[in-house]
Amino acid sequence: MHKDNQPLIFEMTKEGRIGYSLPDLEVPEIDLKDVLPEGLIREEAAELPEVSELDIMRHYTALSKRNHGVDSGFYPLGSCTMKYNPKINETVARFPGFANIHPLQEESTVQGAMELLFDLQEHLKEITGMDEVTLQPAAGAHGEWTGLMMIRAYHESRGDMNRTKVIVPDSAHGTNPASATVAGFETVTVKSNEHGLVDLEDLKRVVGEDTAALMLTNPNTLGLFEEQILEMAAIIHEVGGKLYYDGANLNAVMSKARPGDMGFDVVHLNLHKTFTGPHGGGGPGSGPVGVKKDLIPYLPKPVLVKSGEGLTFDYNRPESIGRVKPFYGNFGINVRAYTYIRSMGPDGLKAVTEYAVLNANYMMRKLAPHFDLPYDRHCKHEFVLSGRRQKKLGVRTLDMAKRLLDFGYHPPTIYFPLNVEEGMMIEPTETESKETLDAFIDAMIQIAKEVEENPEIVQNAPHTTVIKRLDETQAARKPVLRYTKAE
Amino acid sequence: MKHRYLPMTSQDEKDMLDTIGIQSIDELFADIPEKVRFKGEYNIKPAKSESSLTKELAQLAAKNADSNRFASFLGAGVYDHYKPIIVDHVISRSEFYTAYTPYQPEISQGELQAIFEFQTMISELTGMDLANSSMYDGGTALAEAGMLAAGHTRRKKILVSRAVHPESRAVVRSYALGQSIEVEEIPLKDGHTDVEALKNLIDDNVAAVMIQYPNFFGQVEDLAVLEPVIHEAGALFVVSANPLALGALTPPGKLGADITVGDAQPFGIAEAFGGPHCGYFAVTKKLMRKVPGRLVGETTDEDGRRGFVLTLQAREQHIRRDKATSNICSNQALNALAASVAMTALGKVGTKQMALQNITKTYYMKQQLKNAGFEIAFDGAHFNEIVVKTKVPVKEINAALLEKAIIGGYDLGRSYDELEGHMLVAVTEQRMKEEIDAFVQVVAAAVQEMGATHA
Repeated sequence: MHKDNQPLIFEMTKEGRIGYSLPDLEVPEIDLKDVLPEGLIREEAAELPEVSELDIMRHYTALSKRNHGVDSGFYPLGSCTMKYNPKINETVARFPGFANIHPLQEESTVQGAMELLFDLQEHLKEITGMDEVTLQPAAGAHGEWTGLMMIRAYHESRGDMNRTKVIVPDSAHGTNPASATVAGFETVTVKSNEHGLVDLEDLKRVVGEDTAALMLTNPNTLGLFEEQILEMAAIIHEVGGKLYYDGANLNAVMSKARPGDMGFDVVHLNLHKTFTGPHGGGGPGSGPVGVKKDLIPYLPKPVLVKSGEGLTFDYNRPESIGRVKPFYGNFGINVRAYTYIRSMGPDGLKAVTEYAVLNANYMMRKLAPHFDLPYDRHCKHEFVLSGRRQKKLGVRTLDMAKRLLDFGYHPPTIYFPLNVEEGMMIEPTETESKETLDAFIDAMIQIAKEVEENPEIVQNAPHTTVIKRLDETQAARKPVLRYTKAE
Repeated sequence: MKHRYLPMTSQDEKDMLDTIGIQSIDELFADIPEKVRFKGEYNIKPAKSESSLTKELAQLAAKNADSNRFASFLGAGVYDHYKPIIVDHVISRSEFYTAYTPYQPEISQGELQAIFEFQTMISELTGMDLANSSMYDGGTALAEAGMLAAGHTRRKKILVSRAVHPESRAVVRSYALGQSIEVEEIPLKDGHTDVEALKNLIDDNVAAVMIQYPNFFGQVEDLAVLEPVIHEAGALFVVSANPLALGALTPPGKLGADITVGDAQPFGIAEAFGGPHCGYFAVTKKLMRKVPGRLVGETTDEDGRRGFVLTLQAREQHIRRDKATSNICSNQALNALAASVAMTALGKVGTKQMALQNITKTYYMKQQLKNAGFEIAFDGAHFNEIVVKTKVPVKEINAALLEKAIIGGYDLGRSYDELEGHMLVAVTEQRMKEEIDAFVQVVAAAVQEMGATHA
């Protein structure tokens, strides 16, 4: 990585330079004063950069070199499924017939796009074991909220107005309780037991007639399969609640267990995780939601319908929760996910899960002697180590994560889930070779040794990055959220 | 199973199983109860090779009428604009698109700096104090603005103009339902928000008033007239603005907006059948700690070097959980990057010029339609859309246009009962004089031909 700071694009600006090539005007010019009321004509131009095309390309190339992606190196960020992003996906999503079509065109002119969406829905129904799927939610959290709104509508349609609570395990993703709040629910936490699984006794204690749903990730965020899933489903269904599946970890169970067969009523998927979205530096994602039959009437509008004359969008859905997003979802990401599924096929998706789980277990066994492993059993696609042994020696998990940067790795997810002290959540994914896993394992073992023999090198890490640890307190106390030209 | 994305060899597999101390991969799934175990393989289409799949999907894509082959006059919130070619080259750099949220700032300075620059550009265009790192799209950004306002004012009612995009209004209503917020619509007058009606509707229960600028009909709302009515009632002024229009129009920040949201799609982002686009969210300083989503801030490292980090994270779901201001996690980072590159390429001069071209070409279209005998429904100030009375069903005119490789405008009757037979026509800088003239000619001919049958 280049160590020199890259100036802000605003600091490179020089009056008189341009980076654009607009179409010719060809029609008579007009004076804005003739067409706009006086107070609505902009007086001061927005201070955007004035740079040439080469300036722009060099600037962003320099920035890209200061960024680590999956293509740069190993990225075992737990719960994020940082697998390889196939290049065919990028090519297909850029076909003019997919990239340059308008969502409000006559349906007869976009049948190809609608066919793709329909077929993707069919594939996701089979993969999840659900009865219907909507592709509209833009990301996982958006899917959670959509699913919860449907559950709410379901209960209310039955005159069941007092189901105000959504139960989430203490190991749940932060979006679960946040989505519950946005959907108007109160969150109740259910404890994990000593095996890292939902404590059934505690679950029985917190459920009741006010339970709207239980949100569950399976395997959970510790990478462990909730073996008592059928018992949990029975407990929730008995009191009239619905079971919600957070699909962030679907990479662990494809072709092995389907949420629909486990008793889940609603499922969201993260197409940017399991189905190679890509992650885009934070998005865009896509968070389709699958439901069982009794929730179909509440699906967001519009619903894609196939008939003899082709595909249409059905807006006549009186019980629908309404629109969750303008148009039909993040189509471009859905195209990529579809391309991926078609590249893998049924045997490919099965192998994906098998290797993702094999890789995680291999790493876990290799690392277990050197770190604490709070839950010692076969994991699924990810596992969680604890850095409490190292913490006693004065080195925190954060320090070890920063030290990994010196080896060219993106660190695991750290301090999550919340029920593991000094947690490190490692998800290798199936697209990494044994050599890559071994090299990472060696780096982790070396760091564990350094903690014992030379802790300063870990505590002061990173040493090789373009920048050292940043002062986050200063950033939050005196927020500078935009560039301002020095006077 | 051999696949180009799966590097494990049978020898690797064997070695790894030995390390784990098991005989087969199946043992790793033994904890899945027999009753829920899926046996066999999914009943989905078999895998295709790279070249045959590419060919199949290229043929599927070719079934669609795209704006490379057709001249599009369809807008209504999504536009065929000039996309500097450089945009795609930048966002194709896989250091950007294969990364995730920049949780580790030391190896994510590129993304963080790019977002910081995006936040600055959006702040500049909107005239607001600060902007976040992006939202899913303009519609959900507007809905989140409503939730922010309700939380901030502790009021439970939102007024939204009927001149706001119908799909955005629908999204606002869905989010409001979750929060038990009441939504009322402000009626139209001559294609604008009816100010007198707003005065009658507003009271001290109203958290926010939402106005689109330019509005759904392409009309430039006079924000200066609306602002005092809204603020006198103690409500927040929420403006949904097309950021490209702000190259020519006075920014909402200068006209008293508390929150400005919108979609950056006009800046280098593909239409892509409606998404992914790029919502933005900009506010005044007093609302800084209530903004949904991620914010990037400037700071320094141990050696005093400038660097960028995710900041004010106490607002967010991964810290605050059920007390978070919003549940948003993944956003539209890559499209924010695309918009940044386009805003940079256009720059200070080009953004204004492109906005002016939209206005100029739209007025040319307006004049040509008038010359051909059409009535323009709302005669106010236009940005890049006008409403034309078609006398005959819009659907039929669009069918005639399609035959001439033209994608017609939006049928307003789909969203407004009183606007049956009205077409919303978009004219961006991309439309050449020849295309505009052809559009007018085909529409005139079609109306003349159908006029007889529909008379």
